[in-house]
Amino acid sequence: MVQTLDFEKPVAALDAEIAELTADPARAAELERAQAKRGRLLADIYKALSPWQKTLVARHPDRPRFLGIVEQLFEDWQPLAGDRAFADDVAILGGPARFRGRSVMLIGHEKGHDTQSRVQRNFGMAKPEGYRKAARLMEMANRFGLPIVTLVDTPGAYPGIDAEERGQAEAIARATESCLTAEVPMVSVIIGEGGSGGAVALAAANRVLMFEHSVYAVISPEGCASILWRDAAKAADAAVAMRISAQDLAELGVIDSIVAEPVGGAHRAPADAIARLGDSIDAALDGLEKLSPAELKADRRAKFLAFARAA
Amino acid sequence: MTSWLTRSRQRLTGFIARRETPDNLWTKCKSCGAMLYTKEFEANLSVCPECGHHERIRAAERFGQVLDEGWTPIAVASPSDDPLNFKDQKRYPDRLKAARAATGEPDAMLLAKGHIRGHQAVVGVQDFAFMGGSMGIAVGNAFVTGARAAIAAHCPFVLFTAAGGARMQEGILSLMQMPATTVAIQELKDARLPYIVVLTDPTTGGVTASYAMLGDVHISEPNALIGFAGARVIESTIRQKLPEGFQRAEYLLEHGMVDIVVKRHDLADTLGRLIGLLMRA
Repeated sequence: MVQTLDFEKPVAALDAEIAELTADPARAAELERAQAKRGRLLADIYKALSPWQKTLVARHPDRPRFLGIVEQLFEDWQPLAGDRAFADDVAILGGPARFRGRSVMLIGHEKGHDTQSRVQRNFGMAKPEGYRKAARLMEMANRFGLPIVTLVDTPGAYPGIDAEERGQAEAIARATESCLTAEVPMVSVIIGEGGSGGAVALAAANRVLMFEHSVYAVISPEGCASILWRDAAKAADAAVAMRISAQDLAELGVIDSIVAEPVGGAHRAPADAIARLGDSIDAALDGLEKLSPAELKADRRAKFLAFARAA
Repeated sequence: MTSWLTRSRQRLTGFIARRETPDNLWTKCKSCGAMLYTKEFEANLSVCPECGHHERIRAAERFGQVLDEGWTPIAVASPSDDPLNFKDQKRYPDRLKAARAATGEPDAMLLAKGHIRGHQAVVGVQDFAFMGGSMGIAVGNAFVTGARAAIAAHCPFVLFTAAGGARMQEGILSLMQMPATTVAIQELKDARLPYIVVLTDPTTGGVTASYAMLGDVHISEPNALIGFAGARVIESTIRQKLPEGFQRAEYLLEHGMVDIVVKRHDLADTLGRLIGLLMRA
């Protein structure tokens, strides 16, 4: 049973009706009509999602996550642990894997799927050692010529005493630098939440893709609202103002393409969503594999310098 | 993200008041409360002679303190304002207008070229008085301009940081300044030129998590607040009181994130010495 979001209540009401009709074989025609109506309603709701509603979809507990995506799209994944300095951080996972015939370095945030694993993975909020592990793996990929694929899904880097004392800011800065130094193709996908510096540290890539209902922002809508509106309840306004949806970001040139989600969001048909994701990653890598190592780095540098409007 | 807004508001009103009223003869130390003769306080580099508190200073004052006489400003472009058409309780263009009127500056980072104790350098200063020093496209643009001016002159880039973080009114485009400035740092590294960061109070958020932490050398002024997450965010996440001295310059020194904590009076000498050594001059 999929967890119902507030704005999906009309669909949930129809679901209840459909369940009732299903139990009564005499009402097959009514059932068919109700099912068609439900399909239209769901499609209409998802076509018109507000940025705040998209935020809720992006945070949906049943949304495809790193480990589910690995299982469906990648083979021979060998997770590698640790930053070689302090610890292993399981909010970021990474290691080499096979993807449609090629060896790649796969790195990403994993939020966890139930209470226990969410706590273990700190809800996808990585600490410095997570970013240092990511940087280590990106440097390794660069040495061995493996394309880098990252899957971004984090509320943000962890804000805590231990993270600060081990240099959270430095670790993020270094990971971003590692993205920009690599002379291999790099493709990043925002699969759920792209939370600020904690996201960009894994997403300074040649091609940045986003799932249709994912979000990517400099600060959470709640955080922005509490600072600029002095009221966290204005999160929906902040989500609009910051332009955090995939559609807005494509328009701003921050992302390169949008991966369409099944009707009703990726959480309703994860396998379908993940298959589409695979095709998009494959196409992006195909395009980049035509470039030389020097061109790949130059492409990435030019792309990000352009955001400072400096040629 | 810390509330640069609250703080910058206080700063701005403070600044205007100081200019327009005759009672700016005296300055009250924000740390110990001592009443200081403003002229003497400024002659003392805006450091309280009583308690050693290093007051936040404006970009022009910083250039004057660090650079030898004869320095010149480097023009910074003003990229298009308000790329998102952003409005919260106020329109972003109105906030920019107010900040420009209050500071007389185009945006939060200014550049100058000149010499530090006889050694050529390009210097960038992030001014906290301009919307909390926040990093948007204009700051990213100034940073890249400064790094490239240093490369063109074959000299180091010395950057004074001060910011609450990214400029939320520019949304994702402010976040994109993190990789953009990182590319400029790589260009300096490729040219084998020193990039020296001087962290001043306060430096937090996306600024710390990008160009403030990628220097060849990290210097900090005493007691400067330096961190990734704001204290309130941390406290509300972990529901613990923060330890004494947390996220202060000395704490970062102890934890290996800063090379040296240098008093303002020794800053120009330290920078000059370092540049001389690293440039083998």
